[in-house]
Formats: sequence, C-alpha cells, structure tokens
Amino acid sequence: MNASNVNVAPGNAPGVGATPPDSSNSLLRAVGLTKTFRVGGSLFGAERSVHAVTDVNLEFGAGRTIGIVGESGCGKSTLGRLLLRLLVPTAGRVEFDGVDLATLTPRDLRSARRNMQIVFQDPYASLNPRMKIGRIVGEGLEVHGVATGKEAREQVLALMARVGLGADAYDRYPHEFSGGQRQRVGIARALALSPRFVVADEPVSALDVSIGAQILNLLMELQDERGLAYAFISHDLRVVEHVSHDVAVMYLGRIVELAPAAEIYAGARHPYTQALLSAVPSVEGKDRKQRVILGGDVPSPLDPPKGCAFHPRCAIAVARCRVEEPQLIDDGGHRTACHLVAGDHLSGHGMAGGAEAHLSRPA
Amino acid sequence: MTGSDTTHLLDVRGLVTAFDTSDGVVRAVDGVDFHVAEGETVALVGESGCGKSVTALSILRLVQAPAGRIVAGRIELGGTNLLELPEVEMRKVRGAKIAMIFQEPMTSLNPVLTVGYQIAEAVRLHRGLSRSDAWKEAVRVLELVEMPDAAERAASYPHQLSGGMRQRVMIAMALSCDPRLLIADEPTTALDVTIQAQILELLDSLRARLGMALLLITHDLGVVAERAERVLVMYAGRVIEEGPVDAVFADPHHPYTRGLLRSVPRLGRERGPLATIPGVVPKLNALPKGCRFRDRCDAAVAECASVDPALAPLGQGRRVACIVAAAHGGLRW
Repeated sequence: MNASNVNVAPGNAPGVGATPPDSSNSLLRAVGLTKTFRVGGSLFGAERSVHAVTDVNLEFGAGRTIGIVGESGCGKSTLGRLLLRLLVPTAGRVEFDGVDLATLTPRDLRSARRNMQIVFQDPYASLNPRMKIGRIVGEGLEVHGVATGKEAREQVLALMARVGLGADAYDRYPHEFSGGQRQRVGIARALALSPRFVVADEPVSALDVSIGAQILNLLMELQDERGLAYAFISHDLRVVEHVSHDVAVMYLGRIVELAPAAEIYAGARHPYTQALLSAVPSVEGKDRKQRVILGGDVPSPLDPPKGCAFHPRCAIAVARCRVEEPQLIDDGGHRTACHLVAGDHLSGHGMAGGAEAHLSRPA
Repeated sequence: MTGSDTTHLLDVRGLVTAFDTSDGVVRAVDGVDFHVAEGETVALVGESGCGKSVTALSILRLVQAPAGRIVAGRIELGGTNLLELPEVEMRKVRGAKIAMIFQEPMTSLNPVLTVGYQIAEAVRLHRGLSRSDAWKEAVRVLELVEMPDAAERAASYPHQLSGGMRQRVMIAMALSCDPRLLIADEPTTALDVTIQAQILELLDSLRARLGMALLLITHDLGVVAERAERVLVMYAGRVIEEGPVDAVFADPHHPYTRGLLRSVPRLGRERGPLATIPGVVPKLNALPKGCRFRDRCDAAVAECASVDPALAPLGQGRRVACIVAAAHGGLRW
C-alpha cells in the first residue's frame, strides 16, 4: 500500500509537525493545527475554551484524497475551514506549495484562494437563491479577473456540461433544481477557478443514496482528470472508504488514527475506530462480525476527559489512559493515538487482534 | 409468516393519500398494500418523496388536513378499520395501540416541561393514573429504555439531554401505554453512528421483550438488513417490492431494488466508482405512463411504457411490481 502521501515522519510521532521539509509531492500541509474557541465570559459565567481542533498534522498530495471522519463535534468541519484559512488557527500553520498562508498579505491570500475551494453539505443553503446558476458558477471568474463576458460564459457552460448540467440551466435559479443537481452546481462553482485543493464537507449527506452515488463518482472522475487534492469530510465511513486514499479518524478534536484507507478498514487499531466501523449498519445483514456497541455519548469538547479523551467509553482502557494523553505514534505508515496499541507492554501489530478480542462481546 | 388465514395486527389495503399542491392534486401514496404481523419488524424503505413517511402518518390518521387527505383504502388494526373510527375513538388508538417516534426528538418534545412530566402526562391521559403514580411510571419506562440515572433524568428538560438520550425519552413515551405497534420514522437518522447503534439495539430488544411489532421507516438499507424481518421497498408512492429481508437483499427482483442495493457504499470495498441509478425520481405530478421506474430502468421492455405493473406474488412471501420480473418468476441478475 502506498502510504507515502500520509508522509510519515520517521521516528516518533509528536514531532510529525516538525518533519524535515522533504515533502516533495505535498500540496497542502497542516502543521500542528489547533483551534480554540472562547465561549461564555459574561455575567453568567466564566469564559471557557472549546478545544475544537488540537494539533492536527496532515499532508495533502495532488490527485489524492484524505478522508476525515468522525462524529458530531469531533472538529472535522472546523478542520476543513482551518485548512482553507476560512478560520484563523489558534496555533500551527497551513502551508500551500510550501508557503505559510499566515504570512501572505490579504491580497495574496485572496489570489491563493483560487487554488483552494470548498463544496458544502447543504446545496440548498449554500447557493444564493436570487442568483442564476450561470452567475453562481461564473462569479469567481469575474472576481478574480480570469475571464469576463463571452469568454466567461463559455467557460461556465463547459464546466456545467462537465458536471452534468444542461446549458438551459444557465439562466435558471437554484430552487428549480433537485438536491443532486444543486450539488452539481456547487461543484461547478468550486471548480470554476481550477483549484488544486478542494475541501468537500459532507457533500452527499443531504442526498439520497442513488443520487449521492452519482455525485461521489463525479468527484472522483474530476479528481482523476484534474489531479485535485481532496479533504473529504464525512460522518459516514462507508462513503469515506469509497473515495479516500488515506483516512484520518477524529475524536474530540484530535486525530486518533491515520492510515491508508485499506488498512483502516481491514485492520483498524484504535478502539474508537474499531467501534465506529462495527456500528455501521451493513447491507450484508445480521450474520456478520460481532458488534461493539459503545456506551455513553461523545463528551463535551468544553470539558474533555483527562488523559485519553476516549477512555470513558473505551472497553480496554487501563489506568494510564486516564492520566496520560496518547500521542499519534507511527508504525509502518499507520498512525494510532492509543497507549495500548503503541504502548510499552503491547507491540503495535499484535494489538489489532488483541483489542478486537477484548472489545467483542455479544450484542 | 405468510398464510392468509392468520390475522395480521395491521392490514393496509389500497391506501391512497393525496395532497393539494400548487401544481394540482398529487398522490403521495398511491395504492399501497401491506401487513404487519404481531411482534414482527417490517421495514419501509425508499428515497425522499417515495411516500414512506406519508404512509406512516396515514396509519395514525395524522396527515395534515385540509391539504392532505386519505382518499381510498382500508387500514385495519386487529380487524377494525381505523379510517371509519370517529376522531374521539382514533385518539384512543394513538399512543395506546399504535405509537410513533420521529427523526428529530427535539421538535417532538416540549422545551419548557421536564421529560418526566411529559411522559407522565401521556400516561395520565391514556391510563388515568394519579400524578404520583404517573411519575413513577415515567421513571419506570425511562429505566426500561436504559436511560442512565432515570429517576434524576426524569426531572431534566429536553435541552439538557443529548440527542441519543432525547430519542430514549421519545421511545419511553411511546412505550408508556404499551402499544401493540411502534412506528419509528427514521429514528436514528439524526444521530451519530455509535449512538444510532445503541438506539437500534434498544428498539430491537424492547420489541422482543414487550412483544410489540415494529414498523421501521428508513432510507438506510444497512439498518433494514440488520434489523428487519420483512422489507417493503417504495418508489414514487407505490410498494414495488416486498419480501423477507435476507431473500430480497440477496436476490432483488425489482430493477430499482437492485439499483439501490448496488449504489449503497459498503465497507470493505476499495476506492472506485459506485454503481448508480441514472436519472432522478419522477415528480408525482408528472409520472410517466406505464411503469414509474421505466425511464431509469435497464431492464425495461416496450410493454413497460403502457402497463402499470401491479404488486404480484412470486411465492415465498415475495411480491414484485415489475412485468419483466413477474414474467420470469423473478429476475436473476
């Protein structure tokens, strides 16, 4: 399996961010990316911090997809916005083509943004209802002075045709289209400026399966044609597996496991990833592997548990998990933040099976 | 499970539910037949707008009048046609005999009352218990749905609970009057996958323990495969395929069912294109003549343009609304 895109730092993990700059094929790099939101701080209570994203290191290469998966509140959407610098990080940095976006002037940042686009979940909320499709798709071309007038119109029509929208859509409004077609508009808009990096934030979650499948195929075809790098954010492991080369699993703002997709699905090592995979309803039905059902809810990011954030729900947690936060440790291109996977008393590879044995219990 | 001599808990025959829209009258449910036996789990599955939720609301006669109304059919519960009951009688059926839970528990709960109060109120109305007995009953049903610290949680307001706990409250409320049938409309769609697994497991164990039947409405074929015994696949207001879940999923007869199953992303497949169903669901006010699926169907023959296929039995409890499949005694894909 080609894990090169995850660009694993040799040696131990906390220093992934400090990887020597050998990132030859890396297009966009997140280094120690952290975002803390402040909430409260009024008459009614002290100010508190929400640790939405903590110390995320990722590298996106041309033509590759990293799937970012996790449950609500895990920080995956915040991470997507940090990657595009739609949010300013509290700590860490985003480099595009080796340039730290924080060092750019507002003007240079705007032109850098041509290369970085986003496709949103809700094609109903993210398209201006008063703008015609042609203008929605072509607005970026004019704003960035790429093309105007007839030339812009031709580019827009070509793009619309590519995403499966007829030329008659050009002069129509978003409400005249179904959810799937609107998502095609959203994709055309994102691609108008020929970006190289696209964040797709739950792009098919609002769509029916048969329509979602069409959109996923379109995204993959466009990636192959244009060499796009994708950050594909989703709560749905089934969808993520289909589109991703590498998968990052997030829990309470941190990446807890990062590996090539095939490895995650065939040999998840983190107990949370294992539980997440086991919870996915499968069309294969009842007589499949034993199910691990996690108890409890995801804790509040306002008050995350000490030590490993997952320990209150973890079936195999030991004393150390309650006090010491595990680092993301690399083992052969597969990174896991779990004391029991990378710990002193259990070797990395033997662990996957061991953890499963502990976790499996009759439903 | 088959055998027409056994009386079913619920029998729906020729149900038609229509809505007035700006584009004229549309039939969201257009001639639906099915039954639910005592204690079984039946899944009603289909994509947005196929009529699955309207079918559920019709059973409880909760279709929003005057725009929506049931125009034809029978809905028999234990032999009584619910469509002929006066509203006063129907109110006794709701909750006591058939209960329903919805996708988003927050919108079904009153935000300014404690959850215990809301459950107790339902119990008092339906079972005439005193206030203190009703409160005890509320705590008991919260324990039944495995609410952690049930006695304490009963005094919580909805916003103090997580999404999963709110759905437990809704289930507790639904079960408080010991219904024979629980209709669950996308009960876990708004929940995270690990919480979804908890709630589905809970519904299944409660169904078995309390001996009630479950009509599970969902768009998620994985949920159907894991939780239901029988499945009804709906498309554009009709049931187009019916049968035991294992048989239908292993060997779907209707081209739409087959297409749906193929387009579901599954675990264990590597990156690559998904099978798709071309085109989109037709609008209910512009249905094609003949088979409603034929424009998107890869098995369609000339006759499909003129013949509107009925849901025809194929044996072994399976039915399919497809003339091509029916002519071959089921299709082998």
